[in-house]
Order: sequence, then structure tokens, then C-alpha cells
Amino acid sequence: MKIVLRNPRRELDMAGPMRVHALLERLEINREAVLVIRGDTLVTGDAQLSDDDEVEIRPVVSGGVA
Amino acid sequence: MKCRRCRGPAVIEVRRHNAGFCRDCFLHHCREQVRKTIEDFDMLQPGDRVLIAVSGGKDSLALWDILRDLGHDVDGLYLGLGIDDYSDESGNYARAYADARGAKLVKVDLPTDLGFDIPTGSRVARRAPCSACGLSKRHLFNQAAVDNGYDVVATGHNLDDEAAVLFGNVLRWSTDYLGRQLPVLPAGNGFVRKVKPLVRLGERETAAYCVLAGIDYQVEECPMAAGNRHLGYKDALNAIEDQSPGSKHAFYFGFLEKASPLFTPEAAREQENLQRCAQCGTPTTGEVCAFCRLAERARR
Repeated sequence: MKIVLRNPRRELDMAGPMRVHALLERLEINREAVLVIRGDTLVTGDAQLSDDDEVEIRPVVSGGVA
Repeated sequence: MKCRRCRGPAVIEVRRHNAGFCRDCFLHHCREQVRKTIEDFDMLQPGDRVLIAVSGGKDSLALWDILRDLGHDVDGLYLGLGIDDYSDESGNYARAYADARGAKLVKVDLPTDLGFDIPTGSRVARRAPCSACGLSKRHLFNQAAVDNGYDVVATGHNLDDEAAVLFGNVLRWSTDYLGRQLPVLPAGNGFVRKVKPLVRLGERETAAYCVLAGIDYQVEECPMAAGNRHLGYKDALNAIEDQSPGSKHAFYFGFLEKASPLFTPEAAREQENLQRCAQCGTPTTGEVCAFCRLAERARR
């Protein structure tokens, strides 16, 4: 499956199937700090990702508060 | 995972509520959290004209959308900060939202209208970029609200923002800031009322709201914010939240309930000592306010 990461934008290829929470653990990404988007909607941590999925891991943390 | 409300398939889990939601029930959940916040803190009155500070990011666009859904009279103000392409792109997201929904968006452009940009202002004033930006935003949003007859300025500060600011203020025991860290600051002394209706929603929820509501927003981080202290506090709090969901909510709302009243008298005393800025008339502790000093140095 294709994994799209942001800030900066980059892509990874990983073998599926795999659950979302396992993917985040493998990439050492805190699940509180991202959304996982497949197609045009979100998926929960227990969702199974298949080998031909394209998934965006979108960071949600913004830091401009003065 | 099933939606807590309708038992259909969930698309998002909110661990601090121990709940999953489908799209429609999640949008309902967000609107209800904001409605409850406005009601609990007495933020908005019927007939209030609300000016929302719109950045083109997830928080301000979600807030704008929810306040419109809840029937409030709300216009947007976008402040162009002059941060290269980032500002142009952010402004485009704000404009696209407004145009698609027939909402009113006013734009103030720092370089064009005030003769300086944030990178220059930050450098000459020797302030951190986020500090110069925050100072300019607070001043200009209040000024725009006063000049155009708005009763309230609403900002998209969310639970993560407030918990991180609180974390920093507690680390340094900045008691003056702790006394002013409230979800509502009342009008008075030349300031319009300021409200933060998103304090019950985390930034993961505001981002999810935008994705599920079909709102395009600026996903890229501001290039000037990279590596700042505030992001470090958010990382630390998210590490705690991952282990113990609900910690950020308990930290912030526990502060409001149990500790905030201890610090408000000091902040109130500071407000009594304000005088009018000799240049713009804004209330300030000195002869000339910090924004006018920053702008003057940046224009040289």
C-alpha cells in the first residue's frame, strides 16, 4: 500500500494487509497527533488496510499560538 | 468500531470520550460541543455580531462553519501576514470557503495596508515570529471589530492550544498570563469581547470536522512556527494523552474550575492600570502600545 505523509510531503510503500493502529505503531507516530484518510474519508484504528490501498497520514498539530 | 450514537460504522474514534462516530454523528457531536461551550460560558448573546479570525487553517474554518450552522451572525476577517507563499495559500483557503458559502470575508493585508510583514517585524523587534504574529493578530482583530461595529471576536483556539499554553504558563508560573487564560474575556476598556468556542474540541477533532464536512484547509504548517516551544508542549501533552486519554481535558477544565480564580485578581489589577496608546488609542501599559512600537520599527 502507498502511504502519504505530510509536512514535508513524502511517500512510502508498505506491504499490507495491516490494521491502522499497527501502521502508526510501526511508523512510531502518535495516534493523537494524526488523522488517517483512505480515499475521501477517515478510518479508525481498527480498520484493516489492504495492499492496494492509498492512505494519507495527516498531521493535525499546529503550532502558531503566541 | 461502531458509532456510539447510531451504531453504524464509525469513521473516527475520540478516545477521551471512549467513543467512535460515523460522519453525520461526528459533525453533530462537534456542533453540540460548541453549542454547550457557548452556553456554559455565556459566550454569545442573541443578536451579537461576531467577527471570526480566519487563518485558512482547520480550526478557524471549522469554527466558522459550526457557528454558521448554529445560526450565529458571523463574518470572517483574514489577516495577510506576508509570510511568502504560505500566506497566499492560506488566504486562498479562507476565500474559497467564503465564496462557496456566500459568507462575508474581510481581508487586511499587513504588507499592503500597514507597510510591514511578520518576518520583518519579528526580526527588527527581536521577537519570536509567533510572538510578533500573535501581537499583530490580537491588535488588528480587535481594531477591526471596534471599527466595524462587531460585538465579539471569536478565535479558533482549541483544547490542545489551551492545554499547551496552560502547560507553558504553569512551567514558568506566569501568574499574569494564568489570570487571563479564560475562554471568554469580557468587553471593556477599548476591547471587544473575545471568545474561544472550540475549547471542548481537540485539534484532531477540528481537522476531522473539516475532512468530513468537505472543507479544504491549509494543512501545511506555518514555516515560521517550526520548532517553537508551543509545539514541544503539544508533543509532551500528546504523549501523556496517548497513555491516559482525557488528560488534556482534565488539565485545562480542572484549571478553569479550581485554579483560575486564584490568578484573576492579579490580571484584573493590571487592567485597571491601562492607558490609551498615544498613537492608536488602544489600551496599553506604556505610552505607546507594543503593536505600534513593532510596526514603527518594522517600517524603518
